[in-house]
Order: sequence, then structure tokens, then C-alpha cells
Amino acid sequence: MSLLTLRDLAATLRNRPVFSNVSLTIDEGELVGLIGPNGAGKTTLMRAALGLLPRQSGQSSLAALSTAERARAVAWMPQAREIAWPIPVERLVALGRLPYLPLSGKIPAEDRAKIDAAIAHLGLEAFRTRAASRLSGGEQARALIARAIAQDTPLLMADEPIAGLDPAHQIATMQVFADLAATGRSTLVSLHDLGLAARHCTRLILLAEGGILADGPPQDVLTDALLARAFGVTAWHQHTPSGPVFQPLEVL
Amino acid sequence: MRLFLILFALVAALFALSLTIGPARTGPLDSLAALFVGGDGPLPMVMREIRLPRALLAALVGGGLGMAGAALQGYLRNPLAEPGLIGVSGSAALGAVLALQAGLTATASLGLPLAALLGAVIGVFLVIGLAGARGGSLTLILAGIAISALASALTSLVLNLSPNPFAANDIVFWMMGSLADRSMTHFWLALPFVAVGGILLASTARGLDALTLGEDAAETLGLSLTRLRLLVVLGTAAIVGGATAVAGAIGFVGLVVPHILRPFVGAQPSRLLWASALGGAALLLIADISVRVILPDRDLKLGVVTALIGAPLFLHLIFKTRRELP
Repeated sequence: MSLLTLRDLAATLRNRPVFSNVSLTIDEGELVGLIGPNGAGKTTLMRAALGLLPRQSGQSSLAALSTAERARAVAWMPQAREIAWPIPVERLVALGRLPYLPLSGKIPAEDRAKIDAAIAHLGLEAFRTRAASRLSGGEQARALIARAIAQDTPLLMADEPIAGLDPAHQIATMQVFADLAATGRSTLVSLHDLGLAARHCTRLILLAEGGILADGPPQDVLTDALLARAFGVTAWHQHTPSGPVFQPLEVL
Repeated sequence: MRLFLILFALVAALFALSLTIGPARTGPLDSLAALFVGGDGPLPMVMREIRLPRALLAALVGGGLGMAGAALQGYLRNPLAEPGLIGVSGSAALGAVLALQAGLTATASLGLPLAALLGAVIGVFLVIGLAGARGGSLTLILAGIAISALASALTSLVLNLSPNPFAANDIVFWMMGSLADRSMTHFWLALPFVAVGGILLASTARGLDALTLGEDAAETLGLSLTRLRLLVVLGTAAIVGGATAVAGAIGFVGLVVPHILRPFVGAQPSRLLWASALGGAALLLIADISVRVILPDRDLKLGVVTALIGAPLFLHLIFKTRRELP
């Protein structure tokens, strides 16, 4: 069953067309990396898919849902890592359960279990009672990823979730997304680290020149020709005994 | 829960204390007995007609302003927001000032509060109209500032051109805010507005929590931002309009109370709503008691005292925040 279907999606920001004719489908169990140069419209594409833009054309299966239905279909982690108040990390993660909670606001045991699981998944046990807004940037990002995972939706969309994380946590976070894919949940994640994208994503979507330039398995997208065209770089890309290794080399 | 009980006990104690203070020199137990047992003597009259409405209004207005401050800070995600920000207190004051200038207060005892309510209603519709149905919190702040500035300019204009020095005097004193000489009629007039506002704001609790994550994330958590904003603006306007109509402009309660209580509720906006309602009631009761204890012979104005209590508290918080900065 497809979790997200876009058909001829186009978005315009301040009378400037960002992209057009975007059509794609995300099925269960995928870890899709959305890559593209700065300003290609990765964030705008995700927000348009969610139906958050005031002016967009084309169809998105998520934008067609009501606000309440959408909250159970997709979790969204925006690029701006906003934590307005110094609330404890466990309360921050618990916000992911808001769409499911009864009106009384009490958190039932099964929701509590999902919150605990998300905290454990991101290795945040030691931070549970710490004020989320006073954590370091990388720790905040992990708390916000845990919040999105606690929402327990079939699809997770995250805008540059691993930017600013240390290498161990970058790898661990991509592994968290891969674990979700193994249970049939899918993730659409925008990222700039093409090495991690090559290693962890099951599929890459290259957004450039106002549309989708390539969509497929990493080895089909990270080709010399496409890299030169979209990013203007050369790269070294090999399948090694320890998995695919990708390293950008020089600016063309 | 423990915080709730502590605050509730504090409000109850201050309420009882407020009932026992006044120029009529009677023992506290006699006063309370006169209130509950009743009778026709002068003391039961004093209790029911003078002290009870005063204490009730202090709790009602303070509670409303505290809650409105917490809701507005939560909605704007800014600890410096206060209920006056959306321009309703300014427009309510303008309505009251026009009523004073026109001499409405002499012909009808409720002329002033009703004129203030009318000003508040006009103000809130102007703000909502200016800010637009959709849009972020920024347009709301800008619209609020515009209406506040306009209302305060018009108020100044009325003072400036006032041919009657007594009216000008009345206006200046009214704008300082007071709960002296209010009747139960004032309480019944303000109650529905503050109560409806409180209910509207209480329904935003979950949305305010979600907004901790920013507008985008809150919207994908199933929240309608348009609806939330309308609830916050209408709820705050109802409370501020009702409170300003009967008590005049009382500042600092909505700003300081949420700020003080935030650490005690884990900074959670939804829990801060209730805590600030109780805290606001407590602060205004303290202020209104101080007004009567410090200078019983002079008509010390409530708004002056809240500012005198609030400003040092605020300074203390600023220094605390500075210490916490890296």
C-alpha cells in the first residue's frame, strides 16, 4: 500500500516557481533520501506534500486528508528545531502522542510505552528529565526525532534530521530510520551527507533544476553525470566489502 | 497536583483575609460570621455590598489576567507577551475614557463599564480583521500594536482636548485601575466575560502544548492554527475586556504571574494556564489587600501597586535569566 502519492505537484513561493511536475509514490518499508543542492526546494517539496503551503497545485495524498487524519498518517520534523519552552525531554517526546490522547489529557499505558520506546530508540534515557531547550543542538535534534517517532505514523518525514549530529549519532539515527523501514514504516528524509545517503537509504530522489532529476536506488542516482549536473562535483563511489562508500571529491 | 493545592489554599486564604480588611474596625471572625450568618445590621451590609464584591472581583480579574497572559505567552511562544498586547485593553480604556468625558457615568452607573466593553469588542474585531484569518503570530502582534497605538493616541487626544479638568482627573485616575467602591453588579457584569474567556482559553491547552514545537509541527499534530488563534484572541479579549471594564487598566499581572510559575509546571503551556489563573488571583488579592493596608486613608490605586510589586519581581527574573545564560 502506498503511504504517499504525489501527482504533478508544483509549488510557487513569492511568485517564483520552485518545482513542478513532481510525481512519486512511497510504499511501505522504504527509507527514501531526498537530496539536492541548496535552494532546490527539498523543504518546499516536503511541505507541499504535507499540504502546508498556501499555494500549490497538483495532488498529494497527504494534503487531501483532514488535519486530524493527517496527524495519524504522517509525522513531520521541520528543519527549524523549535523547542519554545524548557519542558522535560519526556514531555517533549510525549507531544508525539497528542493526536491519540483522550480529552482528559491523561496518557494511557500503551501510549506511555510508545513514548518510552522512542526515548530508548534514540538513546535519550539519561536526558529524560532535562529541559529540552537547554540541551545541545544535536541532543535537541534527537529529542525531536524521538518525538516524531512517538507519533507512530506509517510515514515519517524529516527535514535534515542528521545535520549537526556527531558521526556516531548520524549513523545511529539513519539506523533508527532503517529499523522503522524493517517494520514496514517508511521515512522520507532530506539530507546533504551523500555518503550516509548512499549507505543507508533504499532509494534516493534527486531534486534539482525545478523537478525530479532522478529517482531510484542510490547507485543509479549517484552517477558521475547526475552529480556533475545537479551538484557540480566529482565523487568516488565504490562497493567495498564494508558496503557502499561515497566520497565527493572536487568542485567542477 | 501539589502545586494546584498550594495555590488554591493560598487564594482561599487571601480571599478570606481580603474580606476581613476595611475601614470598619471589626474582628476578622466577626466579619466572616456576619457574611455567612447574615442579618440586617451594618456589618453584614458592609460585608455583602462592599467587601465581598471587592474580593470576588480581585480573584476574578486577577485569575483572568493571569490565565490570559499564560495563553498569550504560550501562543506567541514568547515569555514577554502580555494580555495588553492584542490591543483590547487599550481599546477598552478608550471606550471608558469616552464615557467619562461624555459624562455618561453621571447618568448611568454602568455607563462606564458598558462603554469599555463596547470598546473592547470593537478593538478585538479590528485586530482580527487586520491580522487576517490565516497567518502566523507576527501579523497578530503587528495588528495588536497598531490598535494599541491608535487607542492610546485617541485616549491622549481626549485628555488633550478635554475642556473639563474634573473629567480629565477622573480619566487619569480610572486608568490606574482600582477595585474600590465596586458593587456586586460590577461582579455580575464581568463574570460572564471572564468565564467565557476562561473556557475558550482552557480549550486551547492541547494546542498550546503542540505549539512548543513550532507552527509547522503543531499543524501536523492535528492542530488547526486558524482555530487556535481565534480561540486565543477571543478568549483573551473577553477576559481583558471584562476585567478592564470593571477594574480599569491593571498591568503586570498577566506578564509576571506566568513567568514566576513556569518553572513549577515543567514549563508546560497547558499546565501553566491553570497555575497562572490561580497565581493571578493570588497576586491581585495581595495587591488589593496592600492597597488597603499600606495607605488606608488615601485612595491608592491597584494598578500602581501591581506595577510596584510586578516590576521588582520582573527585575529579579531578568537577573535570574542573565545568570542562566552561558
